[in-house]
Amino acid sequence: MAIVQRSDTTGRPAWRLPRLAGDRLPLLLVPALVLLALPLIGAFPAWITLTLAGLAMGMMIFIMASGLTLVFGLMDVLNFGHGAFISIGAFLATLVLLPLAAWMQADNIWMNLAAIALAIVVAMAGTGALGLVFERVIVRPVYGQHLKQILVTMGGLIIAEQMIHVLWGPQQIALPLPTGIRGAIVVGEVALERYRLFAVGVGLVVLIGMLLVLNRTRLGLLIRAGVENSEMVQALGYDIRRLFVLVFVAGSALAGLGGVMWGLYREVLVAGMGMEVMVLVFIVIIIGGLGSVWGCFIGALMVALLANYTGFLMPKVALGSNILLMVLILLWRPQGLYGGAKR
Amino acid sequence: MLRALFSGDYPRSRVLMVLLVLVFVALLLAPFLFPGTRPLNVAAKICIFIVLVASYDLLLGYAGIVSFAHTMFYGIGGYGIGLALYGLGPSWGAIGVGFVLALALTAVLSALIGLFSLRVRAIFFAMITLAVASAFLILASQLSGFTGGEDGRSFRAPTVLQPGFRLFDGEIFGVAISGRIITYYLVFFAALALFLFLLRVVNSPFGRVLQAIRENDFRAEALGYRTVVYRTLANVLAALVATMAGALMAIWLRYTGPDTMLSFSIMIDILLMVVIGGMGTLYGAVIGVVILVLAQNYLQALMGGVSKALVGVPLLPDLLHPDRWVLWLGVLFVLSVYFFPTGIVGRLRQRR
Amino acid sequence: MSDALLQLSGVHTHIGHYHILQGVDLVVPRGELTMLLGRNGAGKTTTLRTILGMWRASAGHIAFDGQEIAARATPEIARAGVAYVPENMGIFSGLTVRENILVAARAGAPEARRLQWVLGLFPALEKFWNLSAGALSGGQKQMLAIARAMIEPRKLLLIDEPTKGLAPAIIGNMIEAFRELKRTETTILLVEQNFRFASALGDHVAVMDDGRIVHAGAMAALAKDRDLQQRLLGLSLDSHQ
Repeated sequence: MAIVQRSDTTGRPAWRLPRLAGDRLPLLLVPALVLLALPLIGAFPAWITLTLAGLAMGMMIFIMASGLTLVFGLMDVLNFGHGAFISIGAFLATLVLLPLAAWMQADNIWMNLAAIALAIVVAMAGTGALGLVFERVIVRPVYGQHLKQILVTMGGLIIAEQMIHVLWGPQQIALPLPTGIRGAIVVGEVALERYRLFAVGVGLVVLIGMLLVLNRTRLGLLIRAGVENSEMVQALGYDIRRLFVLVFVAGSALAGLGGVMWGLYREVLVAGMGMEVMVLVFIVIIIGGLGSVWGCFIGALMVALLANYTGFLMPKVALGSNILLMVLILLWRPQGLYGGAKR
Repeated sequence: MLRALFSGDYPRSRVLMVLLVLVFVALLLAPFLFPGTRPLNVAAKICIFIVLVASYDLLLGYAGIVSFAHTMFYGIGGYGIGLALYGLGPSWGAIGVGFVLALALTAVLSALIGLFSLRVRAIFFAMITLAVASAFLILASQLSGFTGGEDGRSFRAPTVLQPGFRLFDGEIFGVAISGRIITYYLVFFAALALFLFLLRVVNSPFGRVLQAIRENDFRAEALGYRTVVYRTLANVLAALVATMAGALMAIWLRYTGPDTMLSFSIMIDILLMVVIGGMGTLYGAVIGVVILVLAQNYLQALMGGVSKALVGVPLLPDLLHPDRWVLWLGVLFVLSVYFFPTGIVGRLRQRR
Repeated sequence: MSDALLQLSGVHTHIGHYHILQGVDLVVPRGELTMLLGRNGAGKTTTLRTILGMWRASAGHIAFDGQEIAARATPEIARAGVAYVPENMGIFSGLTVRENILVAARAGAPEARRLQWVLGLFPALEKFWNLSAGALSGGQKQMLAIARAMIEPRKLLLIDEPTKGLAPAIIGNMIEAFRELKRTETTILLVEQNFRFASALGDHVAVMDDGRIVHAGAMAALAKDRDLQQRLLGLSLDSHQ
């Protein structure tokens, strides 16, 4: 017991890298990108604004992508229907936010946040429950068959998007930001949009929570082990399927959370909004390395920062720049930044 | 003769044979059997989509690769013809230039994507094609000075293909042989030739290697087949055929734009058609396309009627709203993948 | 011979189109170490994996501690008291040494005395306790894999070629560790190619060829009988150190 106790208290902090502890090179990419952008953009206030926008968007993409990458790492399942959970999360939020319009418009930040928190709870509970059904009905029958998996989850996406039309009607739904986090805080010449700060905050909470679970709990230990070698985890006596269902549900709930955040960011909801952002999500998890939370985080920040910088510098090629980023990273590391552990 | 035409790969089901003959005859005689603009539009769309979907089946059903970039290549064909005719004026030369440039761009892009992402794994390919195709779609909408942006480009076809053209005075079976009908037959015969070409490809030694790789890529590699090379070739070939289908569509519509040539919903349609019709059969493309295009054009009206009749019942009118037909196709799609992965054609062949 | 902890009768296993195990009959006596020998491709690894349910037996019976386990899932078999050290060791290289051990301790934190005992067998592990397991040498990884299998008492250990690719000095170390382990009367089924290692430790021996057991008996008898070795394994002690 002594040894275990001792290392529990003197072990490395929980936010250390989930894997490949010696490989810190990719961590430098984000600051390098941010610094590189400064001379290109020229103006300091614009650079700050764009960087904040990039960080906020990156955090939202990270929230949406993290569950997907873990689901893949654990069971080799790539859910193309993940985008549906993003849309559904956003639409579920309207069930709370539209009736609570008074709270949203109140000149009281706490009432605003309470309404959003409630919406997030409802959205996450809803998408989590849906994830449970989706895993059972759509994904489980096609474990281990990649082709069918892609097709069936794609089919699930089609059905889910259509069901949004059925339940919420075909028209767009406006989802205005609450009073308290609308507009910007101006510091000197620099304008910091409140909602972006809020999004960065939520993203950090999710990141830290996820790292704590992964690094400090037994469940996290099993997930990390399972991502590396799921067969060995089974041979040690753990039912990987149950672990997988849990992660799938958590990933779906996170997609729901990401959907709420993304919906508030867009302020207009359409059924296809999840699929729109999925393109970025896929680029992110490819860049990060399939199965790596940390890689996913770095990838999300890079993709979003780059999208904002190029959107400012060369607006017509913004998404193209991300494809280019993906190509460059894959030429450097064919398995993605942290893709070495899972082959 | 027949054997060579079919490359020895017959429908192998009496019902299927009858259906195919019906489709063939209907399409062959469409201008005379169903006069009017809309039916001819439907017939031309069926011809073109049979090629598009069959070329996708070469990838999905035979090579076992999921691509989401098929509409991109289709769009390259459409934009190649469209922008050439728009920029250079209505001439056959312009069609030739646009066609060749489109094919060249497709060949390069598809080879690059294939070599780059097929090395790793099927899932990578699916994600990367999705990303590249979305970037292309956005690019096409953004470069409005060149592509016409969201509005796309309308253009004029060479004289012979213009609706006002008459091959001769007088009529055949009461139908004047206009440029429209000439265009239709251009589309029809090009589509027929391309379909037979694909049938030849999948039944060639190349096609058999692809299937061997799909069944067990590890073993195929061990037998000495460079799986990346074969899969990339399949990708290039399928992409080139898709480009030709796009070119035909642009000639038929005399219009090219992101919604009709590049949108993700076309990709979804292709997926639905190939899976419901029957993966890995090519004939499935014919069946899938006919069913879905007819459904798109005529089933919606039926659903609208039913939906109206059910007003007052909760949820049902919404579920049966004409715009929700994709919902039911989605359900059918998922059920197909689970319960009859070889689709309608596979089912028919089982029954003989 | 004491009673059997594990008994395979007429076990067949197919992998894809290949018929790998073609009627394996094997008895693993309780509390002793059984060596499973045979040339490459004879079906030794497949036998271990079939016992653990990683390949499904297409015919035959596998009785473990009086219960039929042929149709059970891997985690269930493992929980019934089977530990497994695969040929590639199955180390989680992104986890620390400590975490690798913790994962294997299903009851939570391992019992202190047991942990001290295991680490006493493999002192190197304590030295690298908080290091990423991927940074260990091949021999240390093998030690970690075996330590992981021993961290809680298990009824049966399945170990696949622990000496593969190891230096002779480390093999000596490994023999010592297994001797110590044998004192706890753990039942062990060990696949091996190294005859010196096998003869130093084995109580019983079974030799496989072409998916069947072709010889079973006492290790000591086989170690003495060079003709039999020659016939079964195509080797003698001299030629194989």
